Amino acid sequence: MTTITVTVNGVRYTSEVEPRLLLVHYLREHLNLTGTHIGCDTSQCGACVVHINGVSVKSCTTLAVQCDGAEITTIEGLAHNGQLHPLQEGFWEKHGLQCGFCTPGMIMAAADLLKRNPNPTDEEIRHGLEGNLCRCTGYENIVRAVRYAAEKMAATQAAD
Amino acid sequence: MTATELKERLVGRALKRREDPKLITGHGNYLDDIKLPGMLHIALVRSPHAHAKIVSIDASKALAMPGVVAVFTGKDMLDINPMPAAWQAAGVKNYPVPPRALAVDKVALVGDPVAMVVAEDRYTARDAADAVEVEYEPLPAVVDARKAVEPGAPQIHEAAPNNIVFEWECGNKAAADAAIASAEVVVKEEIINQRLIPTPMETRGSIARYDALTGEWTVWMTSQAPHVHRLLLTAFVFGVPETKLRCIAPNVGGGFGQKIFCYNDMAFTMWAARKLGRPVKFVEDRSENYKYSTHGRDHITEAELAGTRDGKITGLRVKTWANIGAYFSTVAAGIPTTLYGRIITGVYKIPAAYVHVTGAYTNTAMVDAYRGAGRPEASYLIERMVDRFAAEIGMDPAEVRRKNFIQPEDFPYDNGLGLLPYDSGNYEPALNKALEIAGYAEFRKQQAELRQQGRYLGIGISSYVEICGIAPSAWMGGQGWGAGLWESANVRVHLTGKVVVTTGSLPHGQGLETTFAQIVADELGVPYEDVEVQWGDTQGTPFGYGTYGSRSLAVGGVAIKRSVDKIKEKARKLAAHLLEANEADIVFENGRAYVKGSPDKGKTIGELAAAAAVAYNLPPGMEPFLDETSYYDPPNCTFPFGTHVCIVEVDPETGHVKLLRYIAVDDCGNQINPLIVEGQIHGGIAQGLAQALYEGAVYDEDGQLLTGTLMDYAVPTAAMVPHIETDYTVTPSPVNPLGVKGAGEAGTIASAQCVMNAIIDALAPFGVKHLQMPATPERIWKAIHGK
Amino acid sequence: MIPAPFDYYAPTSLAEALTLLQQHGDDAKILAGGHSLLPAMKLRLAAPSVLIDINRVAELRGIKVNGTVEIGAMTTWSAIEHHAALAKACPAMADAVGLIGDIQVRNRGTIGGSLAHADPAADMPAVVLAVDAQIHVEGPNGPRAIAAADFFTDMLSTALEPGEIITAITFTSHGPGEGSAYAKFPHPASRYAIVGAAAYVKMENGQVTACRVAITGAGPKAERQTAVEQALIGTDGSADAVAAAAAHAGEGMEMLGDIHASEEYRRAMCKVYAKRALLKAIERAR
Ligand SMILES: Cc1cc2nc3c(=O)[nH]c(=O)nc-3n(C[C@H](O)[C@H](O)[C@H](O)COP(=O)(O)OP(=O)(O)OC[C@H]3O[C@@H](n4cnc5c(N)ncnc54)[C@H](O)[C@@H]3O)c2cc1C
Ligand code: FES
Ligand code: FES
Repeated sequence: MTTITVTVNGVRYTSEVEPRLLLVHYLREHLNLTGTHIGCDTSQCGACVVHINGVSVKSCTTLAVQCDGAEITTIEGLAHNGQLHPLQEGFWEKHGLQCGFCTPGMIMAAADLLKRNPNPTDEEIRHGLEGNLCRCTGYENIVRAVRYAAEKMAATQAAD
Repeated sequence: MTATELKERLVGRALKRREDPKLITGHGNYLDDIKLPGMLHIALVRSPHAHAKIVSIDASKALAMPGVVAVFTGKDMLDINPMPAAWQAAGVKNYPVPPRALAVDKVALVGDPVAMVVAEDRYTARDAADAVEVEYEPLPAVVDARKAVEPGAPQIHEAAPNNIVFEWECGNKAAADAAIASAEVVVKEEIINQRLIPTPMETRGSIARYDALTGEWTVWMTSQAPHVHRLLLTAFVFGVPETKLRCIAPNVGGGFGQKIFCYNDMAFTMWAARKLGRPVKFVEDRSENYKYSTHGRDHITEAELAGTRDGKITGLRVKTWANIGAYFSTVAAGIPTTLYGRIITGVYKIPAAYVHVTGAYTNTAMVDAYRGAGRPEASYLIERMVDRFAAEIGMDPAEVRRKNFIQPEDFPYDNGLGLLPYDSGNYEPALNKALEIAGYAEFRKQQAELRQQGRYLGIGISSYVEICGIAPSAWMGGQGWGAGLWESANVRVHLTGKVVVTTGSLPHGQGLETTFAQIVADELGVPYEDVEVQWGDTQGTPFGYGTYGSRSLAVGGVAIKRSVDKIKEKARKLAAHLLEANEADIVFENGRAYVKGSPDKGKTIGELAAAAAVAYNLPPGMEPFLDETSYYDPPNCTFPFGTHVCIVEVDPETGHVKLLRYIAVDDCGNQINPLIVEGQIHGGIAQGLAQALYEGAVYDEDGQLLTGTLMDYAVPTAAMVPHIETDYTVTPSPVNPLGVKGAGEAGTIASAQCVMNAIIDALAPFGVKHLQMPATPERIWKAIHGK
Repeated sequence: MIPAPFDYYAPTSLAEALTLLQQHGDDAKILAGGHSLLPAMKLRLAAPSVLIDINRVAELRGIKVNGTVEIGAMTTWSAIEHHAALAKACPAMADAVGLIGDIQVRNRGTIGGSLAHADPAADMPAVVLAVDAQIHVEGPNGPRAIAAADFFTDMLSTALEPGEIITAITFTSHGPGEGSAYAKFPHPASRYAIVGAAAYVKMENGQVTACRVAITGAGPKAERQTAVEQALIGTDGSADAVAAAAAHAGEGMEMLGDIHASEEYRRAMCKVYAKRALLKAIERAR
């Protein structure tokens, strides 16, 4: 067992973990943050994407021990003061989800994408989300949702 | 609001979904999110062999590991029955061999579970499963349905001689034989509809809890049909009354058919929970899902289509080998028979057609319904053959379609294959609209020019019809289905005017909470926010057969409407009484019952609900409360249709296909929520075009699944799916009062052949007439290079 | 989905990491980005009893570009992808890195990890061969440099000795008249390379004076395509000359075959992708 201290969605936790514990299991089983999902066992699907120190990562392919001292954001931590993140809003407005299973990972991945490229083309959105599989939507509305968020974020920035 | 001012109707509006807020914030509640106090975890020991005798199982090392509670094998569970075989092929002898909770004595596929470890946590369970030692005596395996029924093939089950599950036919053999024998033109093709893995992003699993004092279970399950699972698990597997089991489907992360069926884990978690007196959880890994949960399609077909030189189709003869997999899954036999053979002629008037299907056991994962279920196989076949025929006689494929379409005046149309009559349709406008959006004539010119420059573009057309709202119980009884297929719903208007709808349907992405609320709010004239839709728990929802076959709106939705109608009727009676008016003079409109001619003299539904609930002043004989349940068994299925068109470019050097445009014109009858309809179409198309281009489950000769993970099985990413252009025609269904048909599977049913027809059109200069799916770059490259 | 148990160390210096590796010998594995190792461990295809996580070894990270490019072994794909000077110094590397996996894989995966793992379908081996990189390693016997051409010995095998850690990759920045490119046929599911071709050319006075081409994905290990190179050097680098030279791609190479691409097809695609990479490299060199 190893002791780790992590900050998840702004809350500090100190936990005893087995070195082999995957970050996704730490979040889901130890911290009860079940918004981060598991969809595969080969690091392909992206249902598990979270941010570690602001960078999107597949939490099924990261050990919890590696996150000692890190800041982690999960889907539960994306909304601020009850205000949905523009991406959450976009997915809702544009019907970017059906069963919703891929959605948390998809939104976290899209957030990283927009950070790097605030004004992506549709093609850039599609390529930027290659690490996330959605079986329900055919992606059309996911692309629209991300575009909605990009426009909204640009408008807010212009207003600031 | 005055009585005459119409409340804005919600039906037909693209409302955003009420299900979403919790799902976009990470507060959904999927199966694996559920934790019960004292819960144990199950890991399975699965066979690495496709076909073998189990010689011995030694669990001593596993049992010695700290945290391991128990190890069980199939022999421990002989006190429960195998899974039920609910839908057998109609009118012929079936040889159903459904799976047991765990394999006994023999395994029949890679991944067949032979033992289960129960441990305090999932990491320990996994470690211990690896420590269980199993000795096998391997047997020869067979994976191909056609080879499985040949003499000398390895025999999988004693109870199914020659690996035959059933031999079934429909249509008129003599007429089809004659049409083909006397035809001016006959085209013949071997058409393979490859095996697919449904791949809902959430894998499957079950959690069971048992109360020894009452003898009652609660089971949480990834399920599209919890009421059916409750019935099957109690009445058939455990032999106990269904009142002993409560099934709960929490949020379900996609199903696409795979979560319709009754699976072994439902049974072994129940069995273990009872045995150990603690709740137990089992959740598949993705590779377990790929190996053991059901697959779809997997047909080998010899097809012959006959016609005249001027483009009239005169006959169709089809012989299909349908792979059923290692065991009989819940509704496995209904898919390649009723839902395939009976609609094989598609949108065309074909005077003579005959279908023969052999269902075969093989050493592979069970095959059962996957999005579209039988109908994609049928429409792929006919649409490919029609294109093949058009090419043969040198006629434009759009023209051949027009020449053979069933005409508007032919409805209701009996296709002569034992199906109920097609309800309504008007196929040509959808075709024309799709071609117009695509700029068909212009494209043909451009295509010819580009060919001169060595660029190979192609256009594909797919005109489809499918069967939705699968229901009429009296008809389904004759189709070998061992139950009904009606739906029910309860609608209650509470004292405060708030409406609660409970349904036996099971939304898992289809947005039914939103759609149903739209219907109820309109029909009752109450605010949308005041309508709550509940589902998923067999305790508290009326019986329903579940959500699949694009039936929840056309059947479940109508049950809701009927309950609302009953409530309105009762409200009218009550209003007449309270207003001291004649019942015949009361009108119900906009959530208000009033006296005809004097609209200010009325009562709102809220007032009436309160009056009905407090019951101080009811007409003689009226029971309190506005609370009505309906059971709806429609007179017919519905038959959505449409035409999809796509344009591709093939890179002749590598064989890569680029999807340049994808246009879908669908007719699903009336639309309650166009946003949701469009989403269903998009998702369906992505799955169908993925069959055409990317996906295919492959076993080697020994029965090893070569596409056992997402590293090898190509579920498309966003970059592999094109922008999709949608449009509609609207032909209301006369079958139900909502005029709806269904949209859940249409995209999948239409799209695979649309893409394949486009690719084959692009490859016409190379003399390519047919290609099997998936049209991988290598397949195309080989076709171009004549290899 | 669940790895077998192991002990975990997170050294903060290279020296410490080397000592740990020495202590634990064969039972230990270095953990870099973990995007090859952890998936293998989750499927229990690998079960090391000790993991030595070198993510906290700061000295192994970073990119320096002047006349020479130096990339620390623990530099992530993302860091490489977004390094403008590096993209100019070696466009082939930028091409290749942008096509690796997905954003999340690139946020974790490292160049050192990729080279050490030597997956036959990995992209970077072709690039380091084409730019004739030096792979710097440090082990019990001190540091040494291995030429890329000598590094990949077989499927998943390299010239690394037990106890050695890759520390950096160096190669010469492209100068005027030099160009490089990477062209990839991705696997439809894993997105690794079914065939990947990296090309480097030097053009002087309208003539190809130097050329290196390497292919990954097609065979058990990435390999230089000397027959292609020789056929192209001395030509004018025209489309015809490139096509003729690229027709030698894959010659003498053992080909892999699987359900996604047969040996025959891979062999054909080696020629197509070598051609595409060369055309692009020449365009950039001009
Ligand atoms: C979904 C997915 C898609 C991918 N797609 C691609 C792709 O398209 N193209 C591609 O090239 N790769 C791809 N990869 C692989 C990815 O790039 C890996 O990250 C990379 O190959 C290994 O780097 P790593 O840092 O993750 O190494 P690790 O997984 O940490 O280590 C790999 C091996 O190298 C050893 N090792 C690591 N670092 C050192 C060192 N400095 N010295 C000595 N030994 C060391 C480890 O002990 C281990 O044996 C993909 C991976 C995933 C999960
Ligand atoms: S769970 Fe699929 S990538 Fe992490
Ligand atoms: S919404 Fe179901 S997987 Fe994306």
